[in-house]
Amino acid sequence: MHQMNVLRLINNMNENIKDISLQGLWKNNSVLVQLLGLCPLLAVSTSLINALGLGLATMLVLIGSNISISFVRNWVPKDIRIPVFVMIIAGFVTIIQLLMNAYTFGLYQSLGIFIPLIVTNCVIIARAEAFASKNPVHLSALDGLMMGLGFTLVLLVLGAMREIIGQGTLFDGAHLLFGEWARVLKLEIFKFDNQFLLAILPPGAFIGMGFLIAGKNIIDEQIKDKEPKAQNTEKAPRARVTSLT
Amino acid sequence: MIEEKKAMIKNGVILSLFALITTGLVTATQIMTKDQIALQEKKQLLKVLEQVLPNEKYDNALYLDCAIVDASFLGSKKPHKVYRAKKGEQGVALIIESTAPDGYSGNIEILSAIYLDGTVAGVRVLKHKETPGLGDKIEVEKSQWITKIKNIQVKSEQDMRWAVKKDGGMFDQFTGATITPRAVISAVKRASLYAQNETEMLFNAPNECTKADK
Repeated sequence: MHQMNVLRLINNMNENIKDISLQGLWKNNSVLVQLLGLCPLLAVSTSLINALGLGLATMLVLIGSNISISFVRNWVPKDIRIPVFVMIIAGFVTIIQLLMNAYTFGLYQSLGIFIPLIVTNCVIIARAEAFASKNPVHLSALDGLMMGLGFTLVLLVLGAMREIIGQGTLFDGAHLLFGEWARVLKLEIFKFDNQFLLAILPPGAFIGMGFLIAGKNIIDEQIKDKEPKAQNTEKAPRARVTSLT
Repeated sequence: MIEEKKAMIKNGVILSLFALITTGLVTATQIMTKDQIALQEKKQLLKVLEQVLPNEKYDNALYLDCAIVDASFLGSKKPHKVYRAKKGEQGVALIIESTAPDGYSGNIEILSAIYLDGTVAGVRVLKHKETPGLGDKIEVEKSQWITKIKNIQVKSEQDMRWAVKKDGGMFDQFTGATITPRAVISAVKRASLYAQNETEMLFNAPNECTKADK
């Protein structure tokens, strides 16, 4: 009897982990589905390395804030939870900013204003409120990791697309993140005399993201077609969704 | 009433506790990273200084010897730093931070090294907001254009060679972007004229960079 209980518990936990990962990476992806954090996303995804830098920084903040908010969730009265969350998030962002300034100086300069602006990335406060304030520490950490990873992956794809189309290169500026040796990583895919400006300027980011969201919806449709027996569970419509389901 | 008051006090205490903890953490990180950040900034400064003026031309600790001047002739009202390169006790060159106020989108901050006869030893752009792909070729990471401004003398204010080719000068403009290089060239020319006119004042001004801070 006891053994069965333990087994069920473990099973349950595996389910949890799988579900949280799937939610963060795909089903409830912060960019493609929730459309959160678009300001830094659109502004910084001009190149793969910038995207990687901002993605990692955001992910670190997200994991850190989720863990600490989940850790203190039982001591924070409901009335003052939002100011407490904001303080924790702002604290983490400032710490990350200082660390980047100290150890990845080049990248710090090229991301500029967008590091402090991580504070305003709605994904972070949204996860604090919707997940970390209600779940135990280890699940909140996982949620932070997966949501951050989902954000970073979209940022990377968009950054790579814009860099290739706009500038004809990939990994340009890798030395800002990894040090001087990384200059050799730079790939020259095409050679332009003049860069393709549309891809580098903000409209290119919007267009690229439109294609990514459309792509995700196509894949979701195909998955749905393959399993026609899927139960049609009615859910309350969310305020901001882009998927058709 | 009393219940409410209690809750308010409790919330206040909890909030201030959190404020204390987060501030404490940020402060601790700041103290831990302070030296490293100062080191990085110094490294960055040294790198740029070395790019505009060859090492062997001077023997003083350049980044520790500067004057700060308020001169709207240098393009903006904010204070500009002027580093002073010396060999022995003899002044060799001045490295001037200045502003090109007439860029395509906002100010362009540049650093120019000027020998005492007005010859420009080298120039780098420190900060700009020019259009990516067009105007941003003034960055050395993007194009070699800025490195062509090297060892050329500014003879006088009427020196017509200090302009882009389109205006009859000697420097290339970029396809699709003339305003940006024009702004940079004229800012360098002004920096050189300033160095020539104010040499004595600049070398005699008190040193403001004794510590390697901002």
